[in-house]
Amino acid sequence: MAERCAVVGIGQTKYAARRDDVSIAGLVREAALRALEDAEMTFADIDAVVIGKAPDLFEGVMMPELYLADALGAAGKPIMRVHTAGSVGGSTALVAASLVQGAIHERVLTVAFEKQSESNAMWALTPKIPFQPPVVAGAGGYFAPHIRAYIQRSCAPPDIGIKVALKDRRNAMRNPYAHVQDPNISYDMIAESAMLWEPIRFHETCPSSDGACAMVLTNEAGGDASSRPPAWLLAAAMRSEPIAFPGRDEVNPRAGQECAAEVYRQAGITNPREEIDVAEVYVPFSWFEPMWMENLGFAEEDAGWKMTEDGVTAFEGELPINPSGGVLSSNPIGASGMIRFAEAALQVRGMAGEHQVKDARKALGHAYGGGSQFFSMWIVGSEKP
Amino acid sequence: MRDVAVVAFACSTAARETERSEVEILAPVVREAMAQAGLSVQETGFVCSGSSDYLAGQPFSFVMALDAIGIWPPKMESHVEMDGAWALYEAWVRLQHGDIDSALVYAFGKSSLSSIHEVLTLQLDPYYLAPLGADAISLAALQARALLEGSQYTEADMAEVAARSRRDARSNPMAQVTGDASAEELLAQPYTVSPLREHDCPPVSDGAAAVVLAAGETAKRLCERPAWIRGIDHRVEPQALGVRDLTESSSTLLAAQRAGVFERPVDVAELHAPFTHQELILRDALGLNGGTRINPSGGALVADPVMVTGLIRIGEAAGRIMGGTAKRAVAHATAGPCLQQNLVCVLEASDG
Repeated sequence: MAERCAVVGIGQTKYAARRDDVSIAGLVREAALRALEDAEMTFADIDAVVIGKAPDLFEGVMMPELYLADALGAAGKPIMRVHTAGSVGGSTALVAASLVQGAIHERVLTVAFEKQSESNAMWALTPKIPFQPPVVAGAGGYFAPHIRAYIQRSCAPPDIGIKVALKDRRNAMRNPYAHVQDPNISYDMIAESAMLWEPIRFHETCPSSDGACAMVLTNEAGGDASSRPPAWLLAAAMRSEPIAFPGRDEVNPRAGQECAAEVYRQAGITNPREEIDVAEVYVPFSWFEPMWMENLGFAEEDAGWKMTEDGVTAFEGELPINPSGGVLSSNPIGASGMIRFAEAALQVRGMAGEHQVKDARKALGHAYGGGSQFFSMWIVGSEKP
Repeated sequence: MRDVAVVAFACSTAARETERSEVEILAPVVREAMAQAGLSVQETGFVCSGSSDYLAGQPFSFVMALDAIGIWPPKMESHVEMDGAWALYEAWVRLQHGDIDSALVYAFGKSSLSSIHEVLTLQLDPYYLAPLGADAISLAALQARALLEGSQYTEADMAEVAARSRRDARSNPMAQVTGDASAEELLAQPYTVSPLREHDCPPVSDGAAAVVLAAGETAKRLCERPAWIRGIDHRVEPQALGVRDLTESSSTLLAAQRAGVFERPVDVAELHAPFTHQELILRDALGLNGGTRINPSGGALVADPVMVTGLIRIGEAAGRIMGGTAKRAVAHATAGPCLQQNLVCVLEASDG
């Protein structure tokens, strides 16, 4: 049987379009030191480091964990580097948790980052390789057809995406680390913003952010000894599927459904909409909220949009989604998944500040990547399992 | 620790591949490893891979590999942007949880698509070092010079490593470089980057490798002589060359201690030493200057598909045990400039 695992430290940087005041090493170290401070530890207490980020082409540094090893206090220790596309922040946390669950280490520092201002993600995502489908015009161009297919088959009202964006951008006002914070954000402002990739408008799109997120994970004894409330790992799973084959459902991918079913099984959850108190879900384009509500089993197929429409996913709603403001408000790509996992942990620790959801006891962290084909999820709770 | 073993290993013949893509090289290798194990990909509990986007020159190069392997229905799967040896480590850790009994590990890379030793420059500190353009061979040459000046080793010792590796490669059908030149003959060649000659450096190789891991009774069922992983550990050093002693490998020593290398004699060792002088450094760190057979495959000097070479070392070492010619083997993998990061794995036969 696997060891129990607990989150006892969380650190985030302020997410911003450019962090010219720090190097890449300075950025990851900022998040790591904050996580260690929260855990009341120093680098000397850490047994191993697990770092994740999206494609190396985003900063132009090949396997940057090598250059970052000393900045993260890893000299003389194991360091691993995870890369599973956009889900990487979540997968990185899961690999770190796996080291604790497998009883290999007692205290693991995990860090995920992206410093998008070092280069241009759009360019990095655009190279055309012979015989492979090109990702034209970045991720938005890739995912817009999935969203159009969703709208067509669910018969959702055309402004659901606007409502998601309005909610997430308003939630971001409660989160001091959020990148996009506009107190004047309104329905009309989003509706009138430029159409980038039909039906995705400018204000329905994630920003390009610099930022890093870090967590300290420990075993049962470490969780018990923590002076601040730990978040206990109740379930962890990742699932992948191929990107292209005839008949694949890219709107409601089977890997996502099965990943969700697995975390609910591990956590003993039979009615996720009732039993999960808050979820941080990877929504880089507004319409992915209703799509993932269905994929995660929070709503019946073709009915996810009703959760948005009815305010279920709002901050005061029955199942708040992305109280932090989500990926729509902060997107250091490689870190975005870990931020979801960390925000879920902050909620059950009762340490989410202005965006704390009342009585959050069980929270879901979710990340996805590639062509909606890589999924990683965890469920954390305030009570030891 | 739960008993976990290598039960199958396959790799491609190292070469500059002009016809096949990364996944075309990979797919038959995975099929062969699965056939050896008598498993399908679907029957394994976990799939983990290692590769680098910078070799293919595209983001998410591992995505197409997933399509080639055909992971459907969806599976628990992960990827490290590291040599496949670290993918194997992740799979070994996951097998420790106790809820799954087998895993597929694979790695692939095409170094020939670009100028690999210049591409590796991009691993360096992007603000201070990478802009200076120090390529991988030049950095290795600095290390070799430091070793020659700080130890008893000579260029003849380095040439001896190359001569032995090339001779051994003649019986390895997967090798790219073979030969029977003596050390004296090799020393007559000109320098590439002093003090390194061509024979001191790795070839530019494309390739793929796959390993199947299995736990306990499953391993015994799938393989007549499983290669049990008795210890595995990896450690990193700071990257900056000025803050470490390049003539030794402190991280290899630490990983070896943790993996239990020094507990008993080692029959055979497969060391990931892309440069001849690095084998000398690694042998010293691992205390392998006695009766241990070093790199019977020919090692990284005769086949170096970057991102795969380390996993091949584990596969080759395991292969000696699965083949019954060794009882206790050590495999080593490295990453980063001048042996910055090192992994050590101890493998034993059931009666080892």
